[in-house]
Amino acid sequence: MDPASQLVRLGDFARKDGLPFARDLLRKARGALDGVASTLLGRDLEERLRRVSHELAPHGVDPFGWDPEYARYVIAAATALSRSYFRTVVTGIERMPAGRVILVANHSGQIPLDGVIVAISVFLEGNPPRIVRAMVEKWAQTLPFVSTFFAKCGQVVGVPENAALLLQRGEPLLVFPEGTKGLAKTFQHRYELTDFGLGFMRLALATDTPILPVAVIGAEEQYISVANMKSVAKALHMPSFPIIPQLFLPGGALPLPTRYRIQFGDPLYFRGDADDDDAVIEEKVWVVKATIQSMLNRGLMERKSLFF
Amino acid sequence: MFNRTTNGQPLTSAASTDEAPASDPDGGAAPESSGGRARASSTEEPAVVITGIVGRLGRRLARRMHRDRRVLGIDRRPFDGRPKDIEHYQIDIRRKKTRDVFRSTRISAVVHLGVMHDPRASAADHHTWNVAGFQKILEYVALYQIPKIVLLSSANVYGPRPENPQFLSEDAPLLGGAAFSEIRDLVEVDMLAQSFFWKHPEIETVILRPVHIVGTVRNAPSNYLRLNVIPTLLGFDPMVQVIHEEDLVRAIGLALRPGVRGIFNLAGPPPAPLSRIIKTTGRPTVPIPHALAAPMLAPLWRLRMASFPVPELDHVRYVCMVDDGRARATLGYAPTKSLEESVRAVSEGLWD
Repeated sequence: MDPASQLVRLGDFARKDGLPFARDLLRKARGALDGVASTLLGRDLEERLRRVSHELAPHGVDPFGWDPEYARYVIAAATALSRSYFRTVVTGIERMPAGRVILVANHSGQIPLDGVIVAISVFLEGNPPRIVRAMVEKWAQTLPFVSTFFAKCGQVVGVPENAALLLQRGEPLLVFPEGTKGLAKTFQHRYELTDFGLGFMRLALATDTPILPVAVIGAEEQYISVANMKSVAKALHMPSFPIIPQLFLPGGALPLPTRYRIQFGDPLYFRGDADDDDAVIEEKVWVVKATIQSMLNRGLMERKSLFF
Repeated sequence: MFNRTTNGQPLTSAASTDEAPASDPDGGAAPESSGGRARASSTEEPAVVITGIVGRLGRRLARRMHRDRRVLGIDRRPFDGRPKDIEHYQIDIRRKKTRDVFRSTRISAVVHLGVMHDPRASAADHHTWNVAGFQKILEYVALYQIPKIVLLSSANVYGPRPENPQFLSEDAPLLGGAAFSEIRDLVEVDMLAQSFFWKHPEIETVILRPVHIVGTVRNAPSNYLRLNVIPTLLGFDPMVQVIHEEDLVRAIGLALRPGVRGIFNLAGPPPAPLSRIIKTTGRPTVPIPHALAAPMLAPLWRLRMASFPVPELDHVRYVCMVDDGRARATLGYAPTKSLEESVRAVSEGLWD
């Protein structure tokens, strides 16, 4: 038999038998995943998701690409992470104002799990449930799968126009003004806020949006970083290069199961010119920073144990 | 900050100097109507000139308008199946004869659809047709004081880019040529119209920037959705806006109303992920890793086995969507076709 007709037969086989088999397998896997997601979500959460998607995406997806069909799996996973792994305690969520709001939180923990936990807390505990939006680094859009993943979970490209549009739509926006400097803090500097960027305050002034300070306790200890090799990070084009001893232990790639404590403060309202001098804006930013720092200090004093 | 009402009104009211239609350096060569129809006298109802009328979009626009007003077409292609009351001049817009048409006819508006989007055309032809041709049109509009010109530009002048905001406003920079040099002349055409807007405040200049036009038209997005197997980029699923050709034709009609001027983004039904749009066509897809797609497409394009040049891959990779709020508020435009209707329209009427 000549190779050409063998190829044709192989193609025929793949189309007639292989493809339906693969599709069947995929459908079964999908069904199993749906089952797991439903169990994890529970009836209450399904109801929450329905409420949110009814509001945000009556036609299937919202304009930013948030897809409830896709997001439910991510929400199920994040719920498991938050409830079972980090056993998050949420306080003060009732202080969250309705309509547009900028959530400003401290950033920590080497990888941005704190953002996931804050967002899922607002979804799980908030009344009504809401989808928190965060801004994603622009280069993430150039990465396959990553860009799609972020978009379908409702995260948007980090440009000012998008932030303004989200606030105009009355949605909550999560901001970490410390940026990667905060994320990459070494263990000895835990719970010390680094410099805040000024962009969020200008945005809040321009759009007349309340700021909700959020203190995240527990994320600092999930990965204990003893040093940050800045020169290596620069050479590798990475934002930071932390030295984390636990990574060398078996199973150490997982974050330590510290208990997360998410505290929402009272909303802060600011007035003024968004295009004012840096010095004027800095004063207002300092108020937010001091509020979060004192919330952190109080929370740390009240905390009896890292893990319980 | 939310309501940007920079509805660009010209600051200067001083009319420019070149408004002397009396002088006639070319002599009185009578323009010939290819249809052999009796020529219109200058006392007749003023006509709307449509350049590129023979294209699918031009035909639709002409059919929609010719019962209500006098329509005059300019295209270098013959107009088969032309309705009797449409005058057609089969001429190249770069030729002097075009000027004769403008001189001898009373014209109320020019709709410039004759922008070439063919990436296969030679660079020189593409550039002179688009830029030099449009410059001529603008020159005649100024010379014969035609009260209105509508340019059909495109949202592609903004370009699909990873750092694009989700919805681009009319003020966004035109960066479409940065990654795709072949469309630089389309950006240039848009810019020419913009500067004309400021130079001739007495003439109403309208620039329409629609998103991907779908329907019976033979443009890249419609052809893409017509492929038997639609290739996508593995791991990318950008949000996409489309506009049905009928909605676009209606928007052009709205732009022709007296008093309307400025730049308008046009979008159709609410945006959807590319995967959902392709699903509506019912065609199978092949996801291809981006690292392979570009090296694969380049030789296929050169050998004429693919009809999409490599930079167009960015349209299925990054977001290029527009905010059509100004068109809705100022033009009174609202799309009438749903996403399903719009996408299905690409495979309807393929043979007419």
